Formats: sequence, structure tokens, C-alpha cells
Amino acid sequence: MKEAYEKPVILKLKTGMMNKFGSSPAYIRKVRKEIDGIPVEKLVEKFGSPLFVFSEKKLRQKFREVKNAFTLRYPNVEFSWSYKTNYLDAICAVLHQEGETAEVVSEFEYEKARRLGVPGNQIIYNGPYKPYDSLVTAVKEGARINIDHFEEIADLEKVADELGVKPRVGIRLNMDTGIHPQWSRFGFNLESGQALDAVKRIASGGKLELVGLHCHIGTFILDPHAYEVEVKKMVDFAYTVEDQFGFKIEYLDIGGGFPSKNRLKGIYLPPEVAVPSVDEFAERVCSALLSSLRPGDYPKLILESGRAIVDEAGYLITTVHAAKRLPSGLKAYVLDAGVNILFTAFWYKFNIEIDREVYGTSEPCVLYGPLCMNIDVVDDLTYLPPLPRGTRLILSPVGAYNVTQWMQFIRYRPAVVLIGENGEVDLIREAEDLTDIVRREKLPERLKLEW
Amino acid sequence: MGNKLSRIALNDEGFIFDPETGNSYTVNRTGLFILRLLKEGKSEKEIVKSLTETFNVDEREAERDLIDFVEQLRLYGLLEGKNV
Repeated sequence: MKEAYEKPVILKLKTGMMNKFGSSPAYIRKVRKEIDGIPVEKLVEKFGSPLFVFSEKKLRQKFREVKNAFTLRYPNVEFSWSYKTNYLDAICAVLHQEGETAEVVSEFEYEKARRLGVPGNQIIYNGPYKPYDSLVTAVKEGARINIDHFEEIADLEKVADELGVKPRVGIRLNMDTGIHPQWSRFGFNLESGQALDAVKRIASGGKLELVGLHCHIGTFILDPHAYEVEVKKMVDFAYTVEDQFGFKIEYLDIGGGFPSKNRLKGIYLPPEVAVPSVDEFAERVCSALLSSLRPGDYPKLILESGRAIVDEAGYLITTVHAAKRLPSGLKAYVLDAGVNILFTAFWYKFNIEIDREVYGTSEPCVLYGPLCMNIDVVDDLTYLPPLPRGTRLILSPVGAYNVTQWMQFIRYRPAVVLIGENGEVDLIREAEDLTDIVRREKLPERLKLEW
Repeated sequence: MGNKLSRIALNDEGFIFDPETGNSYTVNRTGLFILRLLKEGKSEKEIVKSLTETFNVDEREAERDLIDFVEQLRLYGLLEGKNV
């Protein structure tokens, strides 16, 4: 009877480098053999590797958690799904079923939402570039439009004349909430008086009805206090507008930017410690609202949460294709998924799980993607036991932004599946092939090759 | 085989001490198994054979892992030049 094999490993011992959490990375490993009860191997067999896997259960759960946190604290809340975070039909459909409206930032996203069956008046249209024709459509269909700049005010007045209606609009504000970087490129600045100028301009034009204020202070905000500042400033401004211009502000759209339990590079603490709970955000927002609103006034609170809802519902299964030893002594693995489909690898350190028990001491290693490009690094330093070729790694959370910002670059984009609440596995986006990529190409007759 | 390897101290637990540099290392069981054979001056082929006879591993994997292990020894300065 032969003995169990473990890949040979040698580690240099360093004194004075004790881990303050008392756990040695040499023996930590996380094994995940299934996602929502479906074996990883079975998923790969059927749909290939790499593979994006979404959990419908987790998605709904996460949405309800966020929804409850706010609706228990304020009587008039709307959730609007940030399409850019993840605009796969199936993901949007789940969230629309849960009661989310659609928040879009381009005519493309607008069209995608409409195609999915979202009525125009359930769409919030944001962003710095809204082509004129899309404004006409949005006004016709009753979408809520948050204006970004003075040109857009003029555009909308033109639309008003053209259609003979008085569009109900919001304006986007930017402000100092004490966080850095301060997002100042979108909307009208509050402190400088620009926002008030915008209201004056709208009032003097007389063709638009200002009914809403919008703001979005940043992304992956770890400080709940910033939202408190945002809300108070918005309420103050709303009353200034109401008192001076006679508009009634019906909604306060405070945007999104809530973090997920992902690990930002450069943050030492684990996300469970560093990321405040959604209840904490809700408490700050709602108590700021209730303490600054006038009695009996409950304008609609709109939240455009994206990442906080979908990020943790997404996994990526990837396969170890090769192992190498770098001249520095560091172990390196070549995976079949890289930054082409994992855009968030640039700022996150993913949770890495292995699909099987692997014996042996963990060693420091770097995870490379499949691209023949130096930038293709999925993780520049992690600890894994010696992985045989073919081992699957499960990376998470990857549900936000990756399936929208992924690039068709060098390789085809992989399939995406959704695991339903009863264990159904549905393909929600097929893996690409050559036809997807060449469909729009035209080769001039004179360049046709005759080999 | 280089003199270097014959000078290092190796105990049964897999603790290695390099008296020349003062560095210490730890190896797992397979690593210890290979180091002992290297110290005895065994060739790569012989080591792969011993590995496959002792452990539940095929020749290809053993060979691949041995190359990687020897590379590591060389990077740590525990092997000089081409030892196997």
C-alpha cells in the first residue's frame, strides 16, 4: 500500500513575522465543492470553464436585506436597480420581480430595460451624456430624468416645446460630504451656488417642473456618516427650492455606492470587519431624513444600490492550467480566467476557494490570467497549497461590474448561469464564439485573401 | 553533487538549518524524502522512481514536482549549479 502523496514544499522560516491574528496562512485553505448545492464539477462539465455562476437565492436574500433595512425605518422608499452594475436580463428580471425599478445611464441601458418590459415611468434616466433622441423618448414614456448640466436643461426645454408637455425632472447635485475623492464631475455643485443657479434657470425657463433631487457621492463608501451629511444637505436644499421657487420636491434620490463584502486592495482588515452593515447605512440615512424633514413631509427616498446587492451573488469558476516557478522563487499559476473577464481584479482581492481537498503546506503564489499581457494578474499574492493542474478555483464576490465591464479581448467571454431557488441551473448568457465577434466586421472586396 | 547539500542539517521533522547563511527552512514529508535522496547523491531518475514506488503518484506528476522542488532549492541557495 503506497502512502498518500503531497507535493514537495520548502518554506523559509522567518522570525519576527508572527501573524497578529494568530492564524498561519500556511495551513488555511477554503474548500468549496458546490454552489447552492450544485457540484462545481458538474457545472463545469456542462457549461465549461471559466464560468460565471449567480445564485438567485443569494441575490433575492441580499435585496430583501437591503430593502428591509430601509423600509423599516422610512415609510416611502423606492429601490432602483443600477443597470451598469449588472444588466444581464435574468439578473435584472429577478430584481424587477422583487420590486426594483430601473436606473439607467445611457440610451443603450434604457432600451435594454424597455425591451425587458420595464415601463418608461419605472425608469430613472441618469448620466452626463443623454443623446437628444433618447431624451425625447424618455420624456414621451414618462421616465424620470435627472439633469446633469445646463446644456441638458436647454435640451429638455426643446423636447418640451417639441412634444408640447411640461416634463417633470430632477437635477443631480454634487457636494462635499467629507469623503475623498469628492465626486464633482456629475451634476451641479451645491456649495458653490451652481445648483441654485440651475434651479433659477429651470424656473425662469418655465418649461420644466422640478420635482426631484439626485446625488451620488461616490463608490464603495465605507463611512456611513457621509450619507448622513448627503441627506441633510439634500433636504436643506429641497426646502430652499420649495420656499424660493414654489417647486415641490417629490423625491430625494441619494444614489448608491454602498460597499459589498469584498476586500479592497490596501485595506488590511477583512471585509467582515471593515465594511459596515447595511443596517448601519440605513440607520444613518433614515434618521438624518426624519430629523431634518418638516412634519408630515415624506418625499420618496430613492436608492440606486447595485454592488451591495449583486456582488456577493456572483462566483467565477476558473481552472488551473499550469504552474510555474518565478525567478523570485514565487510560485505562479496560469488560470483560464483573467482581467479580461474580471475587471474588478484591479481593485479587489477576491475570496479564493478550492474545489477539492489539496494536501500540503500553502505557499505564497501569484495567480495569472490566460492573456499574453503583463497586466493580466488576478491576485498578486495569495497563499495556496500546491495545486495540481485542473484544480478549479472559485473566486467571489464577482457579481458586480464584471459581466458589464468585461472585455472581448484575446479570448471569448464565457457562459453565465443562474442557479434558481429550487436548484434549477439556467444558462443566462451563452459562451461567445467567433460569430459574435465578426458579425459587425466588413472586409473590403479588394482585401479578400486568396490563399 | 555539490558540497552545499552535504553541509546542511536536516532533522526528521523536516527542519533544515543552513550553517553557512544561518537561514532555516521547513519541508513537508515529500520534501524531506527528496532531500534525503539528493544528499545521498541519487539522480533525478532514481528519485522519481523512489517517489512513485513509495507514494501514490504517477511518474509525470512526480517528475514535474521534482523539477519544481529542485528549482526552489536552487533559489534558496541550497543547491549549487546543476546537482541533478
